[in-house]
Amino acid sequence: MKPAPFEYRRPGTIAEAVAALAGGTESKVLAGGQSLVPLLSMRLAAPALLVDINAIPGLDTIEVEGEDGGVRVGALARHAAVLASPDVRRVQPLVPMALANVAHATIRNRGTTVGSLVHADAAAEMPAVLALLGGSVEVAGPAGRRTISADELFVGPLESSLAHDEIALSAYFPALAPGAGVAFEEIARRHGDYALVGAAALVDGDSVRVGYLSVADVPTVVDLSGVPEAGLGDAALARLEPGDDIHATAEYRAQLVRVLTARVVRSAREHARQSREGRR
Amino acid sequence: MTEELHDVRLSVNGTMYEIQVPARRLLSDALRHDLGLTGTHVGCEHGVCGACTILVDGEPMRSCLMFAVSAVDHELTTVEGLTNEDGSLSPVQQAFSECHGLQCGFCTPGFLTTITAGLRDNPTPTHEEARDMIAGNLCRCTGYQNIVKAVERAAVLVDLAEAPAPEAGRRP
Ligand SMILES: Cc1cc2nc3c(=O)[nH]c(=O)nc-3n(C[C@H](O)[C@H](O)[C@H](O)COP(=O)(O)OP(=O)(O)OC[C@H]3O[C@@H](n4cnc5c(N)ncnc54)[C@H](O)[C@@H]3O)c2cc1C
Ligand code: FES
Ligand code: FES
Repeated sequence: MKPAPFEYRRPGTIAEAVAALAGGTESKVLAGGQSLVPLLSMRLAAPALLVDINAIPGLDTIEVEGEDGGVRVGALARHAAVLASPDVRRVQPLVPMALANVAHATIRNRGTTVGSLVHADAAAEMPAVLALLGGSVEVAGPAGRRTISADELFVGPLESSLAHDEIALSAYFPALAPGAGVAFEEIARRHGDYALVGAAALVDGDSVRVGYLSVADVPTVVDLSGVPEAGLGDAALARLEPGDDIHATAEYRAQLVRVLTARVVRSAREHARQSREGRR
Repeated sequence: MTEELHDVRLSVNGTMYEIQVPARRLLSDALRHDLGLTGTHVGCEHGVCGACTILVDGEPMRSCLMFAVSAVDHELTTVEGLTNEDGSLSPVQQAFSECHGLQCGFCTPGFLTTITAGLRDNPTPTHEEARDMIAGNLCRCTGYQNIVKAVERAAVLVDLAEAPAPEAGRRP
């Protein structure tokens, strides 16, 4: 249960960090370490070089962009800070709804929201949220900066489309449109555990979309616009193939999809109704 | 291959320590082996059990999920640093003693640090909030009932002491 030896760098600027990652060495970025350190300790990963970004100033920001803009979360903004931010709650309430289900408070004090996105665990809450909202991640690499949309970010189990020499600088969560509603639901063995199945819903007028976690290898968004209330669960299942693992059978997951889909859409509609009334 | 050693300065419980460690030294191991502060316990070493929880700038974090080399810019507080200045038990420690909040004691350091910070942020927790405060820590002995009682008792003791809970290294 001890990590294998690695070379360690602690750069003070983004440029130095990008330079440190350049070259052929097998390297990893260290952010909150709440996913990476267990992998290293269990020797499921053994990179030759670790580039610790925690000493780079200015990466812990949480900013609302423009008038109707969404919220941009820096690579060193801890889950706890994002969860506590009144700006985030006002601009995109789905983010704190989902974050409250990410691990325990102690893990959230160190783990970063951006780290959780690029870690790309299909059982994690925030990738499903970013996919549902159509957000993006900004990265820096040897060729400069680029923006990766959520559609293109999640490519496989624990696999994002970042190159090994790129660093994620921030994530962008679009704002909730006026009159739209969101909700988040999950079933986990214990509160704070990874979910057996989770679902995030976005209802905007006639549009109904639900993002799922722990159902497929990547976070999956299903469009349920126009589906009658009673058929929501089955309509979702027609587009999903819940899998088996040590935590739950495929059949049980399918049942959770049915129940959670109905529940999360109902809550999001209620949230939309409240937000319309709140504006009047 | 000889492993490169890093000069690391760690501020723990108000004392500055200088150690030389390889980059892969977990903070929990640095505290225990290099500094001799064996109050911090190590159970699972992957973030699940909470026995290794210490305060980093006053916030509870898993010391098994940090490297000593990356803990340099922080003020660390371990269970050894929780006692009052005169060496007497802090309100949370006192409450554990009064309520029988431990049996073997292996999990206790992680509970004490977590609750110390929890009561600083929420000095009057409801029963539900007291349970929630300890939800990230595992105990194999007590069945938790007496730990929850200890949280509630500690809240009363903090209040009686009239002084705020020790700021536990929180930066101004
Ligand atoms: C006990 C426990 C329970 C947990 N439960 C949950 C849960 O229920 N839901 C959940 O979503 N998560 C859970 N987590 C994981 C937690 O949310 C992590 O904080 C998160 O997944 C990763 O963020 P991090 O900052 O800790 O990243 P790290 O661990 O530092 O890194 C994770 C991976 O992402 C890469 N990376 C991180 N940041 C960057 C960056 N800026 N640029 C490029 N690459 C980067 C790293 O190289 C590494 O490969 C849990 C963790 C623990 C220990
Ligand atoms: S030893 Fe760190 S959480 Fe278990
Ligand atoms: S008292 Fe023994 S594990 Fe908690």
